[in-house]
Amino acid sequence: MTETVLGWWGVPLAILGGAIRASTPYLFVSLGECLTEKSGRTNLGQEGNLVLGAMTAYAVSYLSGSPWLGVLAAGATGMLLGLLHAWVCQFKKVNDIAVGIALMLFGIGVAFFFGKPYIQPTAPHLPAIGFGNWSDIPQVRAALEINVLFLFGLLLAPLLSWVLSSTRWGLMLRTVGDSSDAADALGFSVNGVRMVATMIGGFLAGVGGAFLSLYYPGSWNEGLSSGQGLIAVALVVFARWDPMRCLYAALLFGGAGALGPALQSVGFSSGYYLFNAAPYVLTLILMIATCSPQRTLTGVPGELSITK
Amino acid sequence: MKALALVAAMEGLLIPLLALLLSLGIFGVFLLAVDNDPFGVFYSMYRGGFGSPFSWRNTLERAAPLMLTALCTALPARLGLIMIGGEGALVIGGIAAASVGLSLNGNAPWLVMIAMVIAGAFSGGLWIASTGWLKHYRGVNETITSLLFNYIAIALLNHLITGPMRDPQSLNKPATLPIGSANMIADIPELGVHWGLAFGLVLCLLYYLIFQHTTLGFAVRIIGGNIRTAKIVGLPVGRLTVMTCFFAGAAAGLAGMIEVAAIHGTANGSLAAGYGYAGILVAFLARQNPLTVIPVAILLGGISASAGLLQRSHHLPDATVFILQGIIFIVILLSETLYGRLKLLCDERGRT
Repeated sequence: MTETVLGWWGVPLAILGGAIRASTPYLFVSLGECLTEKSGRTNLGQEGNLVLGAMTAYAVSYLSGSPWLGVLAAGATGMLLGLLHAWVCQFKKVNDIAVGIALMLFGIGVAFFFGKPYIQPTAPHLPAIGFGNWSDIPQVRAALEINVLFLFGLLLAPLLSWVLSSTRWGLMLRTVGDSSDAADALGFSVNGVRMVATMIGGFLAGVGGAFLSLYYPGSWNEGLSSGQGLIAVALVVFARWDPMRCLYAALLFGGAGALGPALQSVGFSSGYYLFNAAPYVLTLILMIATCSPQRTLTGVPGELSITK
Repeated sequence: MKALALVAAMEGLLIPLLALLLSLGIFGVFLLAVDNDPFGVFYSMYRGGFGSPFSWRNTLERAAPLMLTALCTALPARLGLIMIGGEGALVIGGIAAASVGLSLNGNAPWLVMIAMVIAGAFSGGLWIASTGWLKHYRGVNETITSLLFNYIAIALLNHLITGPMRDPQSLNKPATLPIGSANMIADIPELGVHWGLAFGLVLCLLYYLIFQHTTLGFAVRIIGGNIRTAKIVGLPVGRLTVMTCFFAGAAAGLAGMIEVAAIHGTANGSLAAGYGYAGILVAFLARQNPLTVIPVAILLGGISASAGLLQRSHHLPDATVFILQGIIFIVILLSETLYGRLKLLCDERGRT
């Protein structure tokens, strides 16, 4: 009944719901990557962290019965891979972007290797809060069913913004990211700071993965991530290394990703796969629009290799 | 001068070999940790990749696309770019070759073949050239662009094979109509491997000659070394960048054409089988040298060909190969730090 009442209005509503749902992995990965990049390193291995995190979270949630334990385990694996990235990159002449690609392949390999037995069983999911329960319309309820992790992410963005701008640790991190020579002269441990930043970044990406397998889409399989971890890296460039802008950008990308399924839900199914490409095309357009060969971007950490 | 070149050559051989051995060691420890016999697995990998004429055929059939996708990373690397769009260029090349093959079906097979080669190479070339163009003229990071291009290419493939180009007969696995057995690439007599392998070998050799032994290649290396110098000496940096990327993409596009015309006979989802990503590893392992790409592609082709045997006789999932590839990749990158640092070789260098 209500299906017909809403009609095409279901599309923007589904996009809103989708933006909130689908943006969570983007949000966590991009906040983590933002921190890592602020320290002067790029970690493309975030895609591997995301996939491995998704598998770990699902497996641990299934075995222990506690989804939150799964989230923590996912963060821990992300942290380990982040540690590996930082350790390998501290040596001279080692290229951080290439190491990221290697870790991406490695992380996905490990996830597929250990993930085989968990494709079938059902694990307990993360809880969500129904902010739309006042409404009788099921689409409104569905759109406003918000996962607790998203709320964490919502708090994390301003927190990270404050840490980076106003704390001693944030200043140290930004110094290391802008000029390792200056940081050296001040007596900061450049590699130490970068290692911590990459590990926290990996932790957050792992948590983002946990959202994928434990809430939306809510199961573990080998095609679970379609490059969200990599899009999130591009998203950080677009957000100019600002955690609050990462939040807005993540919502935008979540909305773009929800376009295909939203149109399908109202019976518009031709070109479904083309609409699925919307986030990639959007990223590309935004990257082209915001980059320029003549000037460096505002807010870019001076030591970052990905903008050179 | 000679001695210095010798040291460089020795380093270039010794360090990757050491890295490979170390990777196998780490992989062995991993196998022990998951309750498997490392030496048994190594032996199976050898048997599955190189142990019989059948496994050699399998290996070479995989090595052919790997050589071509590796070139897609190796050539831009000489410009100082990290290009990882081989997967997308392969898919695009495959789509283009299949469309041309289908629309020219019925013409003389040699004509269709030439048209498919041109379509595959040209479309893949344009695909990667545009990322090079965006890098040079718009300042957009090529690693991210080429990656996004991969996903866009795969989305396009899925759209075409489930929609406009779908063969109604292909129920479970969407695909285009078959290009017809007359238009397929034949096998090399005696060897039993399709002619696509020859494409790979020839292109590796050709690119090696162009980029190692001509002025053009030298100019490209200057750009990779120091772009400011290149501009000061008046090199057309933009044109050279786009052109090199075109050559690189053409190789990967050709790989897609070969996959369609020699293996699958149609364009389908199997085109995105990961050859593009494995090609990145091949390129780095070969230190971005088109000639070294050949043996490295055969080695990695062998590793991936052994996946089936590992599954059957050791109950290891097919992702085992990914793990080994990942370990090799990480260790190889780590070993970059050793160049010019080996004690023994440094002494040699001191004497010259």
